[in-house]
Amino acid sequence: MRALYDRITALVFALGLLIAVAVPVPSAAGPYEDALAGFTTDDFADTFDAIDAVVASGNPLATPVLEALQDSRLQFSAAEKKVFIKTKDAALLDAATGQPAAGPPPADLENVRLNNRLRGALNGAIGALTLMAPDPARRLSAAQSVFRTRDATVLPAVEKALEAETNARVKKALNEARAAIIVLAEDSSADDKIAAIAVIRERSDQESLALMAGLPANLAPEVRAAATDAVAKIQSNLAIWRTVQNFWYGLSLGSVLLLAAIGLAITFGVMGVINMAHGEMVMLGAYTTYVVQEFIRTRFPELFDYSLAFALPLAFMFAGAVGILIERTVIRYLYGRPLETLLATWGISLVLMQAVRAVFGPTNKEVGNPSWMSGAFDLGGILITYNRMWIIIFTGIVFVALLAMLRYTRLGLEMRAVTQNRQMAAAVGIRTARIDALTFGLGSGIAGIAGVALSQIDNVSPNLGQGYIIDSFMVVVFGGVGNLWGTLVGALTLGIANKFLEPFAGAVLAKIAILVFIILFIQKRPRGMFALKGRAIEA
Amino acid sequence: MLTSRHPLIHLLDRGAVLFLVLLGAFAIAIPVLNLLVPAESGFHVSTYLVSLFGKYVCYGLLALSIDLIWGYVGILSLGHGAFFALGGYAMGMYLMRQIGTRGVYADPILPDFMVFLNWKELPFFWYFFDHFAYAALMVLLVPGLLAFVFGWFAFRSRVTGVYLSIITQALTYALLLAFFRNDFGFGGNNGLTDFKDILGFNVQSEATRNSLFFISCLMLAICFLICRAIVTSKFGKVLVAIRDAESRTRFLGYRVEAYKLFVFTLSACMAGIAGALYVPQVGIINPGEFAPANSIEAVIWVAVGGRGTLTGAVLGAFVVNYAKTYFTSGFLAEYWLFMLGALFIGTTLFMPRGIIGTYNHWRANRAERKDAERDGAPPLASPSAAE
Amino acid sequence: MVDRQTTSALLYLDGISVSFDGFRALNELSFIVEPGEMRAIIGPNGAGKTTMMDVITGKTRPDSGDVYFQEGTVDLSKLDETEIAELGIGRKFQKPTVFEMHTVEDNLQLALKNDRGVRATLLWRSSADQERRIDALLDRVRLKPLRSRVAGSLSHGQKQWLEIAMLLAQDPKLLLVDEPVAGMTDVETMQTAELLKEINRHHTVVVVEHDMAFVRELGVKVTCLHEGSVLAEGSIDDVSTDERVVEVYLGR
Repeated sequence: MRALYDRITALVFALGLLIAVAVPVPSAAGPYEDALAGFTTDDFADTFDAIDAVVASGNPLATPVLEALQDSRLQFSAAEKKVFIKTKDAALLDAATGQPAAGPPPADLENVRLNNRLRGALNGAIGALTLMAPDPARRLSAAQSVFRTRDATVLPAVEKALEAETNARVKKALNEARAAIIVLAEDSSADDKIAAIAVIRERSDQESLALMAGLPANLAPEVRAAATDAVAKIQSNLAIWRTVQNFWYGLSLGSVLLLAAIGLAITFGVMGVINMAHGEMVMLGAYTTYVVQEFIRTRFPELFDYSLAFALPLAFMFAGAVGILIERTVIRYLYGRPLETLLATWGISLVLMQAVRAVFGPTNKEVGNPSWMSGAFDLGGILITYNRMWIIIFTGIVFVALLAMLRYTRLGLEMRAVTQNRQMAAAVGIRTARIDALTFGLGSGIAGIAGVALSQIDNVSPNLGQGYIIDSFMVVVFGGVGNLWGTLVGALTLGIANKFLEPFAGAVLAKIAILVFIILFIQKRPRGMFALKGRAIEA
Repeated sequence: MLTSRHPLIHLLDRGAVLFLVLLGAFAIAIPVLNLLVPAESGFHVSTYLVSLFGKYVCYGLLALSIDLIWGYVGILSLGHGAFFALGGYAMGMYLMRQIGTRGVYADPILPDFMVFLNWKELPFFWYFFDHFAYAALMVLLVPGLLAFVFGWFAFRSRVTGVYLSIITQALTYALLLAFFRNDFGFGGNNGLTDFKDILGFNVQSEATRNSLFFISCLMLAICFLICRAIVTSKFGKVLVAIRDAESRTRFLGYRVEAYKLFVFTLSACMAGIAGALYVPQVGIINPGEFAPANSIEAVIWVAVGGRGTLTGAVLGAFVVNYAKTYFTSGFLAEYWLFMLGALFIGTTLFMPRGIIGTYNHWRANRAERKDAERDGAPPLASPSAAE
Repeated sequence: MVDRQTTSALLYLDGISVSFDGFRALNELSFIVEPGEMRAIIGPNGAGKTTMMDVITGKTRPDSGDVYFQEGTVDLSKLDETEIAELGIGRKFQKPTVFEMHTVEDNLQLALKNDRGVRATLLWRSSADQERRIDALLDRVRLKPLRSRVAGSLSHGQKQWLEIAMLLAQDPKLLLVDEPVAGMTDVETMQTAELLKEINRHHTVVVVEHDMAFVRELGVKVTCLHEGSVLAEGSIDDVSTDERVVEVYLGR
């Protein structure tokens, strides 16, 4: 697996170089030309030496030659003692000059053959060559690749590159690569090895741990001690990063839960109604994203990166409108009968799922990530994907906006009033029926935009909502009703607890543990963590 | 009314007698039409249908158990399928142990799935399941115990209304996840199947199937009588009092949680029996039975038939499941979920009393009018759909 | 205040405070009710009358303070509603709450002093003695002709009476009656006053009421609550002329 990966990276960079070295170099008999001769003998040992010699020559043509060799496009003529590169479009270049071969191709043209040992050497050689590439990113990759292969033959190349290197990151990677080679080399001194271990210890990741674990048994005692020490240090470092990583994943899961649950919390708080079709509002939001993306893909492909910006308001409005429609046609006739509302909204969820299935089919729909949401970056010892990061940020924005809306707008004030005491709110002239409809619309609309976010990390299918509904309920039950902070704390607690339990218990058991915990928790605090108190609430 | 008349008259009012007579006729007619009427006759009932009806009867029993707690105490359990499935698993474990060497791997002790998973010995919770009596005990005990522990926590902490519904749903969901796991020891997502015989009789044979059908009807009748006895007793009056005014009942000095716990546990045991009878008739039990959707669907049977009527729950289970069988097998299959959804919405909006409840209400009104016309005597008490 | 160890009071409240999310419903409330007494509690909206009842009956736990019953022997703040009800404290709610789906007779049957256990009610059989007691209660609240009517179909006043009859059926040591005449006609109000006075012959009664005419008709000691504590106590004439009472009622 690793060999394959290395080969592919090496290939990619070699190809890059091939383009970079378009300018032919004047030929003059020298180490490079001599080295090429080694390819013409059809002998594995000679080829092996020739590869090293080509690398050592430092000739810019070395990379295309080795790359061609790797692809079985390096040909030779034993009679003419000449080596040729066959390009991808079957043209023949003189390997010595890089110019198109003059005259007709020799009759005895044959491929230079490779065996596994040669292939290994070739990978290292190409990696070593890339260490000098002009692009720092490519050099970095090459250095990391050397760190993984630990090919002792490229040590001189690494050291040469190290002298010339100016970029700090690449320099660090080269140092680590060098350390990896030295630590494994039998002929390096104990002091060098200890210094190398120190470098590797600083790197502190799974790979350096694997490297330390793979050290041979016959080490000098002081080296052995340094290595043991390094392993301990790396492990504790890794443990810290694992914690950070769990926390990050938990935060990510928690924000997804928050997005899915917050609309539910609002409708439950204001109206005392559990909307079993809430998950389907999320699903409608995700399908809105799909439709918007399809439209943009076919009509305005250049706007694809902005598709989510169009999808967000549309999903909010569409899901919100469906929500208001449901409230006006079904739920308002069921006030005071919360259990029957549960059943009726379950019926609505069945209808919505089946309707989407009928229109879009039962299979998953492809929703793409815009370029700014795909990819990932390293932060210390963890990998942070852009889509997760943006969802956390987005959730934060939605939460703050909602909080501000409840606090500073007239609608928010009236919603809070109805939450606390419906009769009293009605008595002071708040039109509770209108508030109910708007609340339901708002809750559904937020579910819709949650759907936009979820479409970026989950499969968009008619069952999308079902996967979130029970978790959302748990967040609401755990966090308590009528207080957004409760929902926030509830969602994040559940998300983080889930991710911290997963490594010990596995995903399913972690989930079961959380469910059991909530079932027990609700016995202790039947109205959640942040419950409203007062006679009006208890009545 | 609690007073003056003989208790049997309360227990067996006109509706109850009619129900028992119809059920008895059904229990006898189906096997007769299957076994005694020749296959070519138009009146012949196929063995497939016998098991299908048997399945309906089990669903009827499940609905009855839900009605006892929802209709009379106002506890809406959205996780009753869990008790049904647990009863089913207990029976399934017995049936698995009966397979013995006839399994694919021919292991005398271990069921096939354990051999497949490379297990060397039987997990302790599978011990004794080769004895029918033990399995039958577990059919009652496992759902009953779970309901007791769950209810003890929930009712003591006064978790009511939608909160209770939601956590019952979480309960069945947690069990669903657990039973899907292979290492949980119940066959993972394939569940338990390929049963051979029950008490020495081949589960596939016509005679066994008819017997199972008849026993299901009998259990339904027995459980119905138990429910009737409960709801017509003073205990039943307290249940309704709790449903309609829980805190008032508390202030009268009734220990509400004890009442709820008793009836919830009893209801779970009945659901367990229903599951246990269901499994040999359909030939499989898998974790899908724990799906929250199943439990909610069972609730709608009760709502359609009329909650707080007992007979309505059974009727609802029959009607809805017959419709499901009918529609999902034809070209209308795609529209079944629309219909089911519409059934949920329509029942709650337009017929909250359900079929039997609406009929009773209509009759009570008519009687009241007649009485009023005659001499203004007091009207009949009518069961109703209050929350 | 008398020390609870030596009190002869049936009901003894000392320094009770209850707050809901920062709002102080009861603020160091203290008062005592002697056995056999009838006490009227008055006070404007939000004075804490209903919360006080909630504390006595175990629905709300006090944040601080003592609630004792029966000469200081029983700490009510440690018990729940059911235990307190079994101890002999009956409560009538502000809004009449009878079991609407049950007949008048069944309502009384459920309230009748009896074993409240699960087994007892499962195996319960009616007896001639209980029939007689129900008959007597129905006579007392003038509901006999309606005995087999569904309680939900009664008029508002009839429900109030049914609820009082249920209280009597419990045969409690202490009756807490919350606004018994709300929504009654004048005639009904006077009849209710008579009924309560009659009840008081054998039971201790605490009545919470707004209706001053009714309180005057009762002719008993009055406690006026304001902002969660006792503002004034004494005869109706003393209390209604107390300057502070006039002030809180008229907002002068």
